[in-house]
Amino acid sequence: MFDKTLAELAQGLKSGDFSSVELTQAYLNRIKAEDEKYNSYITVTEEQALAQAKAADEAIAAGTAGAFTGLPFAHKDIFCTQGVRTSCASKMLDNFISPYNATVVEKFNAAGGVMLGKTNMDEFAMGSSNESSFYGAAKNPWNTECVPGGSSGGSAAAVAAQLAPAATGTDTGGSIRQPAALCGITGLKPTYGRVSRFGMIAFASSLDQGGPMTKTAEDAAMMLNVMAGFDKHDSTSVDRAVPDYTADLNKPLDGLKIGLPKEFFMDDLDSEIAERTQAAIKEFEKLGATVKEVSLPNTALSIPAYYIIAPAEASSNLSRFDGVRYGYRCENPVDLEDLYKRSRGEGFGAEVKRRIMIGAYALSEGFYDAYYNKAQQIRRLIRDDFAKVLSEVDVIMGPTTPHPAFKIGEKTSDPVAMYMEDIFTISLNLAGLPGMSVPCGTVNGLPTGLQIIGDYFAEQKLLNVAHQFQLATDWHTQSPQGI
Amino acid sequence: MEWEAVIGLEIHAQLATKSKIFSGASTAFGAEPNTQACAVDLALPGTLPVFNEEALRMAVKFGLAVDAEIGRKSVFDRKNYFYPDLPKGYQTSQLFHPIVGVGHIDITLEDGSEKRIGVTRAHLEEDAGKSIHDEFPGMSGIDLNRAGTPLLEIVSEPDMRSAEEAVAYVRKIHSIVTSLGICDGNMAEGSFRCDCNVSVRLKGEEEFGTRTETKNINSFRFIEKAIIGEIERQIDLLEDGGRVVQETRLYDADKDETRSMRSKEEANDYRYFPCPDLLPIEIDDSYIDAVRDSLPELPDARKARFIEEYKLSDYDAMVLSGDRNLADYFETVAKAANDAKLAANWVMGELSKLLNQNDTDIKDSPVSAEQLGGLLERIKDNTISGKIAKQVFEVMWNEGGTADEIIEAKGLKQVTDSGAIEKIVDDVIANSGPQVEQYINAEPDKRGKMIGFFMGQVMKASQGKANPGQVQGVLKKKLDALV
Repeated sequence: MFDKTLAELAQGLKSGDFSSVELTQAYLNRIKAEDEKYNSYITVTEEQALAQAKAADEAIAAGTAGAFTGLPFAHKDIFCTQGVRTSCASKMLDNFISPYNATVVEKFNAAGGVMLGKTNMDEFAMGSSNESSFYGAAKNPWNTECVPGGSSGGSAAAVAAQLAPAATGTDTGGSIRQPAALCGITGLKPTYGRVSRFGMIAFASSLDQGGPMTKTAEDAAMMLNVMAGFDKHDSTSVDRAVPDYTADLNKPLDGLKIGLPKEFFMDDLDSEIAERTQAAIKEFEKLGATVKEVSLPNTALSIPAYYIIAPAEASSNLSRFDGVRYGYRCENPVDLEDLYKRSRGEGFGAEVKRRIMIGAYALSEGFYDAYYNKAQQIRRLIRDDFAKVLSEVDVIMGPTTPHPAFKIGEKTSDPVAMYMEDIFTISLNLAGLPGMSVPCGTVNGLPTGLQIIGDYFAEQKLLNVAHQFQLATDWHTQSPQGI
Repeated sequence: MEWEAVIGLEIHAQLATKSKIFSGASTAFGAEPNTQACAVDLALPGTLPVFNEEALRMAVKFGLAVDAEIGRKSVFDRKNYFYPDLPKGYQTSQLFHPIVGVGHIDITLEDGSEKRIGVTRAHLEEDAGKSIHDEFPGMSGIDLNRAGTPLLEIVSEPDMRSAEEAVAYVRKIHSIVTSLGICDGNMAEGSFRCDCNVSVRLKGEEEFGTRTETKNINSFRFIEKAIIGEIERQIDLLEDGGRVVQETRLYDADKDETRSMRSKEEANDYRYFPCPDLLPIEIDDSYIDAVRDSLPELPDARKARFIEEYKLSDYDAMVLSGDRNLADYFETVAKAANDAKLAANWVMGELSKLLNQNDTDIKDSPVSAEQLGGLLERIKDNTISGKIAKQVFEVMWNEGGTADEIIEAKGLKQVTDSGAIEKIVDDVIANSGPQVEQYINAEPDKRGKMIGFFMGQVMKASQGKANPGQVQGVLKKKLDALV
């Protein structure tokens, strides 16, 4: 049962093979038994899950069920869930019970989804390895000595370890696609503005975007059907009709034009990852696609630009965590300044503090033009690079990450090496484009991902391309040993 | 040495929107602490601002009223600093691209001369909450009801050279924003407050002296006193060989002096950058034209019309047009009484006297314009004399009721019955032997004046109710018959 996709589980619920309560209980039992190996959950919401499952079963019996009714899944602990701790994996919010639901959470509730719990992540989504979590690192189910990637590492680990059939994630510089690649699952970062950010605790507002993390492209389409849409509470969400993302899955790929950016296949790319990626491209050629080399010349600038813009926004977004109204407050502050300094000094972890300092520095008087404005100019160049290429091809493909999962602790002392892991994913966030990662093989027993990039609001196209690939290959059905 | 003051003002006008600038919470004044602060105002994790377009319309109205450039694309920026009543850790404001650009207004000085004062800019921003330091021993209370209330910050050029000019400018801006209906102008509640930038220099110098900024002054009188005091302080300082320190000062109304709050050296670096949660506001000509079409009559135009249409003096027209509510009140009274001069005299006389005595705003006048109009009608049609009308007016103010009800209930109706008047006149003449004697013996051209004594006696005998015109006629006839 745990290897079933959302689509298969939906079928099972519909035909009465099992009830949502049975399904949910099975997952809860499995989490209880297995998750200490992976640390993929921060909070398991057993009571609430069973109540939602019961309501779902009633809806199914009454014939009022929708496509998602009764399906279990997990939320990244960055989405505010009413009455449930929403920690962002930070000591700062360890005591924070959200009094309201994020729009994405509301949408899943309305669709009849069953939330199993809240998944582990890098603190405030800042990281590529999940090691910055206050609750300890989540582990990669393919090798528990390795990181699952980040920041949505808990969601990726939970899906890969079959502790949830699907999960939500958020992606600011690769935080859905990179852990999806490292854990051998499917992840989709939608176009900026496609999914509401209301109630999704902000890291970098102009880059953050929520999306699905699933076993298959078809499941991602089912999740996105629930998640996407305009939200009047989020001024940056786009008021544009939401298509049925499952509708185009089966379109043939005849004549699909694929661009391979030469900058994605440079020397520092792991040679085996390069091979797996090329092999995947061959599959597409077999499916009738044509391939050409393209260029995204400003790719190398995306990391420095990102590490100005994201920390700048973060330094401001995280100012609200001041120990005054909610969250962590230091013991016995002697005055206001002491309250601020110690609450923030003790409540935030090292990586979060590093980024707040980088961001505050980049925005400070005298440096603003040299850093922030310059980074915004680079951002426009990157957007223009993509626009040019996407006027010539339908999709861009390449590796999701330059390396497979690395060992826990391997890169923690070298933040820049860690930042470089996001070299292929970050530029999409800067441009606001949608991108997917789908499993395309393994290297030394660790999965590797193929990234598929499309034009703005081309999620249907991406899902179609990914689904056709998954019909032709079985990388996505492979599980870690022992699972 | 002759000194010259240079004054520039920043006025914060609270916009009269029903809800806050970035949330749906009410802006009403005086509610229990923190009952008008929603999740957005509390800056709960994950919350996002949504711009209240009513604030935009109001800001554009102001811009058009001061003949300013309207920003076709205005952008919200974040001003980052920590303070407990600033829940997000930043204030959302407009630094780089304000909604209102360069404009101007003309002020009238006491000697009747006019002066043009430049408006540098006006921008939208959110107000902070309030810290309360004296209610909880050892702790501070925070009330976030005001947090997020929309403000229009109106910045002047340093064009004013005296406290008189500064107050005339503030009054004019006050009259414009209240006439537009975009601010209630209530200075005591903080809806309209002023920061005064003051420096002095030797007359004839080109360079400005070092300025100080005196913050949050909330009455016209205090503005005047604070500026006069600050000019004197700076001149004394310079004449004693000292120098002015650039700093923020507070005006203490009890002591009538300004004192230092913080020096520029301690100032924050606000790390301004564009708010990524809000889209730039883009408006086009048709939007601006529609707002222009909706503009009410402005104070200058209304003053001109009062002079033209009602034949009021320049001074009366200026006073009555200066406040929209007062102007509306006056016009209602004038129409009801069909006598603008009489209406102007009453509004600026009896009514203003009682309003001032009771520290009551025209909006809250216990006597409505309709009531006063009804009263003046009774003067016009000789039902009561002007003197009796003042009695009726006091009853109206204290007890309510229409003029007719009060006249009836108190038996104040003017006596116009000629028989009754003749009877009183006869009695008075009979009891005033010496004065009648004098009258008879006086030169004919002196007699007119002497009639005043008899008038007084008759009015007294009639308790003021006899129609003065009639009495005059009867007296003259009867006295002259005795000659």
